[in-house]
Amino acid sequence: MYPSKFDYHRPSSVQEAVQILADNPDAKVLAGGHSLIPVMKLRLAAPAALVDIGRIDALQSISRSNGSLRIGACVTYNEIANSADVQAAAPLLAEAAGQIGDRQVRYRGTIGGNLSHADPASDLPAAALALGATLHVAGSGGSRSVSASDFFVDLMMTALQADEILTEVEITAAGAGTGSAYVKFEHPASGYALCGAAAVVTRDAGGSCTGASLCFNGVSATAVSAADAASSLVGSDLSDGAIDSAVSGMSIPDATGDMFASAGYRQELARTLGAQALRTARDRA
Amino acid sequence: MAGESNGAGVFGSSIRRREDPELITGQAKYTDDLQLSGMVYCTILRSDYAHAKINGVDASEAEALDGVIAVYTAKDIEASGVPGGIPVGWLLPDMKIPEHYMLAKDTTRYVGDGVAIVVAEDQYTAHDALDLIYVDYDPRDGVADPKKATEDGAPLVHDEAPNNIAFDWEIGDKEQTDAAFANAAHVASLDIVNNRLIPNAMEPRAALADYNSITGELTLYMTTQNPHIHRLLMSLASLGLPEHKIRVIAPEVGGGFGSKIHHYADEAIAAWASMQVGRPVKWTATRTETYLTDAHGRDHVTHGELAMDADGRFIGLRVDTYAAMGAYLSTFAPAVPTYLYGTLMSGEYDLPAIHCHVYGVFTHTVPVDAYRGAGRPEATFIVERLVDEAARVSGIDPAEIRRRNFVSPDAFPYQTQVALEYDSGNYEGALDKALEAIGYDDFRKEQAAAREEGKFLGIGLSTYIEACGLAPSAVVGSLGAQAGQWESAVVRVHATGKVTVYSGCSGHGQGHETTFAQIVASALGVPYEDIDVIEGDSGVMPHGWGTYGSRSAATGGSAIASAAEKVVDKARTIAAHLLEAAEEDLAFEDGNFFVKGSPDQAQSLPDVALQAYLAHNLPKGIEPALEATSFYDPANFVFPFGTHVAVVEICASTGQVDLKRYLAVDDVGNVINPMIVDGQVHGGIAQGVGQSLYETAVYDDGANLLSGTMLDYAVPKAHFLPSFETDRTVTPCPHNPLGVKGVGEAGTIASPAAVVNAVVDALSPFGVNHIDMPVTSEKVWNAMN
Ligand SMILES: Cc1cc2nc3c(=O)[nH]c(=O)nc-3n(C[C@H](O)[C@H](O)[C@H](O)COP(=O)(O)OP(=O)(O)OC[C@H]3O[C@@H](n4cnc5c(N)ncnc54)[C@H](O)[C@@H]3O)c2cc1C
Repeated sequence: MYPSKFDYHRPSSVQEAVQILADNPDAKVLAGGHSLIPVMKLRLAAPAALVDIGRIDALQSISRSNGSLRIGACVTYNEIANSADVQAAAPLLAEAAGQIGDRQVRYRGTIGGNLSHADPASDLPAAALALGATLHVAGSGGSRSVSASDFFVDLMMTALQADEILTEVEITAAGAGTGSAYVKFEHPASGYALCGAAAVVTRDAGGSCTGASLCFNGVSATAVSAADAASSLVGSDLSDGAIDSAVSGMSIPDATGDMFASAGYRQELARTLGAQALRTARDRA
Repeated sequence: MAGESNGAGVFGSSIRRREDPELITGQAKYTDDLQLSGMVYCTILRSDYAHAKINGVDASEAEALDGVIAVYTAKDIEASGVPGGIPVGWLLPDMKIPEHYMLAKDTTRYVGDGVAIVVAEDQYTAHDALDLIYVDYDPRDGVADPKKATEDGAPLVHDEAPNNIAFDWEIGDKEQTDAAFANAAHVASLDIVNNRLIPNAMEPRAALADYNSITGELTLYMTTQNPHIHRLLMSLASLGLPEHKIRVIAPEVGGGFGSKIHHYADEAIAAWASMQVGRPVKWTATRTETYLTDAHGRDHVTHGELAMDADGRFIGLRVDTYAAMGAYLSTFAPAVPTYLYGTLMSGEYDLPAIHCHVYGVFTHTVPVDAYRGAGRPEATFIVERLVDEAARVSGIDPAEIRRRNFVSPDAFPYQTQVALEYDSGNYEGALDKALEAIGYDDFRKEQAAAREEGKFLGIGLSTYIEACGLAPSAVVGSLGAQAGQWESAVVRVHATGKVTVYSGCSGHGQGHETTFAQIVASALGVPYEDIDVIEGDSGVMPHGWGTYGSRSAATGGSAIASAAEKVVDKARTIAAHLLEAAEEDLAFEDGNFFVKGSPDQAQSLPDVALQAYLAHNLPKGIEPALEATSFYDPANFVFPFGTHVAVVEICASTGQVDLKRYLAVDDVGNVINPMIVDGQVHGGIAQGVGQSLYETAVYDDGANLLSGTMLDYAVPKAHFLPSFETDRTVTPCPHNPLGVKGVGEAGTIASPAAVVNAVVDALSPFGVNHIDMPVTSEKVWNAMN
C-alpha cells in the first residue's frame, strides 16, 4: 500500500499551521494518522501536502477549571481514557475513548482527528453530542466556537472550513446527580460501532430525572441525538419501565443500512443499546 | 526441557517449536524482506470491471514517468514467445478448459484480472505509474452467484462454456438413492449456501525473481506451499524455461491455508519481467490485491436431502451443488468440489445409498480453489446439518441419531458408496468422550431452565470424518490429478553424527522443523538438537509435492521415517562389521548398536557415521557416507475423525451469538507433538468459527467485490473466541510407518457445522431449522422476530 507523493509540513504553532493550510488548498491536517494514512495508502485520498499538527504543544493538554474541562485536539484516546480529570468531569468521554479500536489505535488516535474525520461509526461523536461539547476552531481568519450539534454536518463532513483546525474540545463538568454510559455493539470486522449509544442522565435528590440526553453513533450518516426519547424521560423516575417506554417508540431519522446490517436492524440495536445505556447511566447517577 | 532431547521419548512430547524465536523476534526473513543488488519492482494494473472488453491500453504517460523501466501488456508476453499460460492441474471428463493467460488479452473476467505490468526503480513509482495507464474498457454484465450463472441468459464468462458450466460431475448411484427416498419414513431437506471465503494469510503473496541471461537460470523466491509444483508449472506452462534451470525457494512463509498452493499469474509475471529487464524483479501483493487475487474458498449453493426409515436409520442421501470456479480454473480447483467433496458424503455413517451431483460453474469472480479443508468442510457441513435436521424431523436426539447410524468399530475397512474405503475408526468412542466432557445430559436441563428465563442456549455436534494425507499417486491420477502425491525425504548423517533432514514438503507455520526432527530423533536415537530440517528449496531438495491437504506428517513424515530406517539399516551393517558380529545379533537402542546382551561394547550412530565417511574400514560392497533418500507413496488416504461440540448463548435482544464453549475430540492417529497438534486444532477451529459467524465475501449483482478490505471482511479476533477445550482418541493409521493421520484441516472441517447446529438448537423454540453462514446477529434477530 503506497500513497501518492505528498509534501510534509510540521508547524510548531496553530498560527503557522493554519497559514500553511491557507496557502495550500490541497493540504490536509495530519493528527494521529489512523484514518488519514489508511485512506492515503488505499489512494482514496491523495492530498498534495500534510500538515502534521502532532508536535504543536498547545494542542496536547487536558485542563480543568471553573467547572469546565478542556481537551487539546491532539490528546490521544489513551490519555483521555486514563485521565483522572476526564474520568471525573466527563466520564462518558473516557468510557467511549477506552472502547476505541485496540491499544495501538488508542495510543495514536486523537480526539480532534476522531471528531474532524466524522466517520459515522466512530465512537467519540455521540459522546461529544450527548455532553453538549463546544468545539474551538482556529482558521486563518481567526478563532470561533461551534457546538457539537452544529459540527457534524453529513457523512464525513463537519462545519470545519478547509483552512481551519479543531484546537480544543470544551465540556461542562458533570454536576452532582449525573450519570452516563457508553454502550457499543462492535462491527465484527472493523471494530467500529455498528451502533454506539451514549447516555447522560441527571436526577434530583428525590430521584426524578431533571435532564437526559441520548445520542448514537453508527446508525445514520452522522452521530444523532434522540432528543424526543431523552426529553420524555425528564420528570420520570428513570425506572426500567420509564426507560423502555422512552426508547420503544424511538426512531432514528435517516438510519442507514449496508451489506453488514440493515437500517431496520440498526434501529433495533439503537433501542436495545439506548435502553441499556440509560439504565447504566441511571445506576451511576 | 530435561529428558526431551533424548532419542526415543521425543516422539510424542510437546517440545516447544524451534521455529518460534525467529518468528516472534522478527528475525525471520520473508520474501519481501529479501534484497538483491540491482533489484527493481513490478506492479500489476488490475481490472476495475468484473467483465469488460479491452479496446486499448494507453501507457505512454506511465512509460514517460521518471523511474519507470517498462510497461507491458499481454501483447508483449505473446511477442516474447513464452507459453504464458496459467494451467489447471486436475482434469475432469468433458471439462471446459478456457485459455488462462498471464494477463488478460482482450477481455477481463473479474475485478482484479491483470491487464498491464509496470516495472520501475522503486515501489512508489511502480504504484504511481499504475494511475497513469489508461485502459479503454467496454464494460459488460457480470455474474457472481454460481446458481444464477447457470440460468439461461446469464452473462457468459467464456463463450465456449454454455450456461457457464465448466463441468457436470456426479458420484454414487442415483437410481438406488432415488429408490431409497421412495421408501423413506422421514426425509430431512435443506437448501444452504456455503459462504465464499477470502483466505487472509498474514503474509501477502510475493515473488522475487532473478533471471541470469548468461546461464539461463531463474532463481525464484516466492511465497509458496509447494516450490516443486511451481517449478514444474513455471517451466511447462508459463515461462518455457527448462525445469532444471529453475530454482524455486520458499523463504519464511507467513501462512497459506491453501492460497499459496496455486499457480497464479503474478509470480510468473515477476519472473517473466526479470527475463525482460535483465534485473531481479520483486512483486509484493498489497492487502487489497490479496483480496482481489488470492483464490477464494467454498462458494457453494446446495440442496441436500437425507432419507430415514421409521427407526431413524439413514437409508439414502442426495446432494446437488453449484460450486463456483470463478473466472478461470485454478490449479486444483476442479478437485475441490468433486473428489474432495462428493467422496465425503458418507460422513461417519453407514449409508447404503448416496448420490451427489455437482456443477462446476464459471462466475465473474476471483478463481475459487482449495482453502483449508478444501471440499471437506463443505461436505461435512451439508452432511452434519442434514443429520441435525433429520434428528429434528424424526424427533430423535441429535447424539442418539448419530450413534444409531455410525459405521461400527468392527466394520473396518468400510467401503462407502462414494469411492472411499475408510481404514479404521471408532466414532462412538470420540462421541462418548465429547458428550461426557461437555456434560450433554446436564446441558439439556440447563438449556430448559434458561429458556424459562428468556435465555437461549444451544448445543451443536459435528461428528466428522475427513480424507487427507494426499495421497496415493495412482488413485489421484485415475481421478484426474496431473500430479503425483508421494513425498520424498533425505536423511543425511554427517561425519560428526549431526543430522540434516531434507523434505519435499514446505511448511509455512505448521512446525515441521520441530516435528520432523522429533521423528528422526526417535528413529536414529540421536539428540533432537543435533537434527536440522530443511525444506522449501527445489535447489537443495530435488523433488517433492509440498504442504497442503494435511499431508505433511502422513506422507512427508513417512518418507522421513523410511529414509531414517534405511540409514539405520546401513549403519547396522557397518556396526556389525566394526563389532565383528552378525547383523541379526545386533540390537539398536537409544542410538547405540551392540550385540544383544552386551550393551557395554557399543558403536553409537555417530561412531558409525564417522567410520562411514572415513571409509577406512567398511564392509565389502558398502559405499561410503551415511545418508538415504526415500520416495514414499501412501497406500491410502488417512481418515482423521472426531466429535466437535459447540455451546452458544444467543442474546435475545440483539441476536448476537456468543460462543461459550467449544470442545474438540479429534482422532488424528499417533501424535508426534501434542502441543503442535493442539495448535493446529485451535487455528482450524478459529477459521471454521470465522466462516460460521463472521466471514463472507460479498459481491454485488454486477460481480464487484464489496468486502474488499479488513474493515468489511470479518476475520475472527481473539476476543470473539472462548478458550478451546481439546481432547483426543488415538486410532493409529494402519498403513503408514508412523501411524499418523493429519490434523491441519480437522478444525476447519468440523467446526462450521458444530456452531450452526448449536445456533439452530438454541433457536428451536422459534421454529428455526436453518440459518445460512455467516450467522450474523441480524440474521438471528430476524429469525427470532
Ligand atoms: C485498526 C483501526 C481500528 C479503529 N477502530 C476505531 C474504533 O473502534 N472507533 C473509532 O472511533 N475509531 C477507530 N479507528 C479510527 C481512529 O479512531 C482514528 O484515529 C480517528 O478516526 C482519526 O483520528 P486521528 O487522530 O488518527 O486523525 P487523522 O487520521 O490524522 O485525521 C483524520 C482526518 O481528520 C482531519 N483532522 C485530524 N485532526 C484534525 C484537527 N485537529 N482539525 C481539523 N482536522 C483534523 C485530517 O485532516 C483527516 O482528514 C480505528 C482506526 C484503525 C486504524
